Amino acid sequence: MSITSKRNVIIIGNGMVGHHLVEQLVENGALSQMNVTVFGEERHRAYDRVHLSEYFKGRDAEALALCDGDYYASHGVTFNSSEAVISINRAAKTLATERGNYAYDHLVLATGSYPFVPPIPGNDREGCLVYRTLDDLDAIREAAQSAATGVVVGGGLLGLEAANALRGLNLETAVIEFAPRLMPMQVDSEGGELLREKIEALGVQVLTERATQRIEDGAASRHRMVFQDDKILETDLIVFSAGIRPRDQLARECGLEIGERGGVVINDQCQTSDPAILAIGEVALWNQSIFGLVAPGYQMAKTALSTLTDGDASFAGADMSTKLKLLGVDVGSIGDAHGNQNPGARMFRYLDPLTQIYRKMVVSSDGKKLLGAMLVGDNSVYDTLLQYYANGIELPKEPASLILPQSGAAPALGPDALPETAMICSCHNVTKASICATIDAGASDLGAVKSNTRASTGCGGCASLLKSVVDHELAARGVEVDKSICEHFQHTRQELYDIVRVEGIKTFSELIEKHGAPSTHHLGCDICKPAVGSILASCFNEPITDAAHIPLQDTNDTFMANMQKNGTYSVVPRIAGGEITPDKLVVLGQVAQKYGLYSKITGGQRIDLFGARLEDLPEIWGELIEAGFETGHAYGKSLRTVKSCVGSTWCRYGVQDSVGMAIKLENRYKGLRAPHKIKFGVSGCTRECAEAQSKDIGIIATENGWNLYVCGNGGMRPRHAELFATDLDDEALYRTIDRFLMFYVRTADRLQRTSVWRENLEGGLEYLKEVILDDSLGMGDELERQMQTVVDNYQCEWAGAISDPDKLKRFRSYVNDSRPDPSIIMTSERGQLRPA
Amino acid sequence: MTATAVKQATVTQSRQAPTGQKLCSKTDLVAFSGVAAWLETPQGPTQVALFYLPGFERELYAIDHHDPFSNANVIAHGIVGDIQGAAVVASPIYKQHFRLEDGQCVEDDSVKLATWKVSFKGADVWIEE
Ligand SMILES: Cc1cc2nc3c(=O)[nH]c(=O)nc-3n(C[C@H](O)[C@H](O)[C@H](O)COP(=O)(O)OP(=O)(O)OC[C@H]3O[C@@H](n4cnc5c(N)ncnc54)[C@H](O)[C@@H]3O)c2cc1C
Ligand code: SF4
Repeated sequence: MSITSKRNVIIIGNGMVGHHLVEQLVENGALSQMNVTVFGEERHRAYDRVHLSEYFKGRDAEALALCDGDYYASHGVTFNSSEAVISINRAAKTLATERGNYAYDHLVLATGSYPFVPPIPGNDREGCLVYRTLDDLDAIREAAQSAATGVVVGGGLLGLEAANALRGLNLETAVIEFAPRLMPMQVDSEGGELLREKIEALGVQVLTERATQRIEDGAASRHRMVFQDDKILETDLIVFSAGIRPRDQLARECGLEIGERGGVVINDQCQTSDPAILAIGEVALWNQSIFGLVAPGYQMAKTALSTLTDGDASFAGADMSTKLKLLGVDVGSIGDAHGNQNPGARMFRYLDPLTQIYRKMVVSSDGKKLLGAMLVGDNSVYDTLLQYYANGIELPKEPASLILPQSGAAPALGPDALPETAMICSCHNVTKASICATIDAGASDLGAVKSNTRASTGCGGCASLLKSVVDHELAARGVEVDKSICEHFQHTRQELYDIVRVEGIKTFSELIEKHGAPSTHHLGCDICKPAVGSILASCFNEPITDAAHIPLQDTNDTFMANMQKNGTYSVVPRIAGGEITPDKLVVLGQVAQKYGLYSKITGGQRIDLFGARLEDLPEIWGELIEAGFETGHAYGKSLRTVKSCVGSTWCRYGVQDSVGMAIKLENRYKGLRAPHKIKFGVSGCTRECAEAQSKDIGIIATENGWNLYVCGNGGMRPRHAELFATDLDDEALYRTIDRFLMFYVRTADRLQRTSVWRENLEGGLEYLKEVILDDSLGMGDELERQMQTVVDNYQCEWAGAISDPDKLKRFRSYVNDSRPDPSIIMTSERGQLRPA
Repeated sequence: MTATAVKQATVTQSRQAPTGQKLCSKTDLVAFSGVAAWLETPQGPTQVALFYLPGFERELYAIDHHDPFSNANVIAHGIVGDIQGAAVVASPIYKQHFRLEDGQCVEDDSVKLATWKVSFKGADVWIEE
């Protein structure tokens, strides 16, 4: 090519598709031919809109971002955020923003779409919001703080997602749909009815065939919605999710061809009616269609790359099949799901009102090809059906077998039956052939295949299919799927646990000498050493600060404190059940003052002191132990806290002494080392003020004793604990928990919380009940004995450490100097110190 | 991985060797684990992590105490191990591995920690000239 100076390419919009184009330009070395500038109207750099709702579950803007903060700069791409383009001058080949004019040789419109807000009087009232950007979600979160109820206008895919979010914000939620059923685009009336039942069962009100006439001041709530028949509904917050519209205004104003119902018309090369201007993503209209999904947008981005670099790729449409979990309900739609695009097609339907599963297949008139499918309530057959559809695989003789319930597992189309051309990941265009190629080139596990091909790193819908293809291909090449914990032991954690117990092995060096993999230097590593350290502690409960165990521990365990991001440590004494005397409170305050520690009350009902220097830890703990405190094991994979409400002692509803029980439990299990941390909660009645059902072990008082719940979790992936046993007396409660915890310690993987362990446990809760309550394995006594050993051998690790000069030696920042680490710098905020 | 450790643009490859210097005594070391010590260099004081593997072919290592991924002085507090045949330490913050022998980061070719020649002289630990 005869390029004398670099061309200026400007991309308008830094959403998912615009960003993908930048990635494509970078990866294909196109930046040597062009200067690229990106304008984004939002404050944030491109983020994962598909997983937007996870923002409410704790993933922040940084975690949702599609690239590192310096990605654009490091590749020489100019990125202007918070700078919207306001006009395009095609004749001059320039565009304007509020900050200036810019010249382009090529322009790419990637402006996406905006949520359509129906023209209802009152739709602009405060508290009337939409669901598209991070800023929208911030606004919803803020409005929800002073709201008790919320309404979503629109019962489509995004509307249901928004409804789920409102529910998660603790609003009483309703969905209003204009059509006679939910998700009218994806499901038919049977499916819609089933969906409605399932969603209503979750406590979300569903109102169909409702057209809102106006929104006005409410009497009991902030707004009143008035419908066509003068029925009304009052609510504090309204989210409009009545469809999306392409953001084609810039294109309209500069005279580009626009579709009848909106969208910038593009050809197969993604060029608009002006060949110097391309359009990709949700703003583009190809062959009369807008594609409201990310995978087709990515295809367009790839096509645009080709067009900009004089290649000959073309966009040929995209499959709109989708698989979703909305409000916990599986919904799947493949191809011609309604069967109305293929005259003569035959329908197969299966409806199970008991388990609430609906499946429909649209099959060609000769019964050989799958043309479409619709699933509600269970997506287990989605992957298989999609492969039949997408690859035109001939259906079995009795097609109905694909959607009829099977006695065994779902009828999977084995990975070997898939043709080489089968599309496994449509977001990144990865076929079975390319997966095989990367395996042949040396990728030997799922992680490697993912990072080489990027399969399953888009919407993630293909994760299970990808895994089965990779496992199958590896197995076919004779690669055994390796379950060893690391290169030093050809065992799983469970196997190591059994070896330690059976052979009575008490140190890491003995274990690795006898059972380590021969090929290594027997030093171990940061995977097996802490795992074995934890197993040894679970079995024998010797102090982890003993010389033989020290090298096994993560830093936190070595120094019996959690290392913070600036290299300082936190100090967390145990405050069993959250009960503390005024005298001890005073001591905590004095110690914090003396050593300049930041103090925070935690969700586990205790007080964390942050910012201690390594060399100060022994003195701090000396003072705390003097006052009667002991270690809180906040650093260990072990029992953390037993949270409690005030119970019958103070509360008029309480039926048992929940604080007393919490203290007894915390003192019994403190010091138990486990595959992961363990939290308890005890509530004094069914009002559940201690939130016990979000804990590994939850206990709720009844008139007759205690109900026991197990395997709950808060955090990133919350899970409600499941009811395990009812009306236990104190003794039976201890016995059951002894058995349960020891069984978990014995059989879980390293770093596996009880919730994940439970989900992976074959036989599920029923099996667990058999083992623990009915003693089906005959190991109940043994489990109880093991727990008693742990309880009997408990000693406060900190008390042990400060009375042993050898152990104390370790708490020096430097062995040859007492000068503190100069890199630790603190500043003051709200009256306390924090890392600068 | 969410740990998008911001790498410093340039990573020290090797520091100018200081003249021979006693750092500490053998009893200050912790077997199969690390301790940190100050070292005077012509460029000013720097922090060294000392690892002690009694009974192994090479018993003593000295490597930069500064972790370039977290920008904190923590390497001595990492877990020692061997990976693909080489003795390594895992950073306690984001868990990258560094070879004790030459400081090379196993996960990232472009990062290498400084290392020093170190040995016992009697009961003392010396960084060599
Ligand atoms: C809650 C939610 C869930 C979703 N779930 C799925 C799913 O499960 N699967 C799926 O495939 N898809 C899903 N989608 C759709 C998917 O997010 C979109 O298809 C995709 O984001 C489209 O990318 P885009 O780049 O075309 O548009 P966008 O991501 O909307 O980006 C366009 C960007 O351009 C900016 N912009 C617009 N005009 C200008 C201007 N004049 N100047 C500067 N900047 C401008 C906008 O501010 C925006 O940041 C979901 C969407 C939402 C909202
Ligand atoms: S859970 Fe029951 S006993 Fe405990 S504080 Fe709440 S209402 Fe009172």
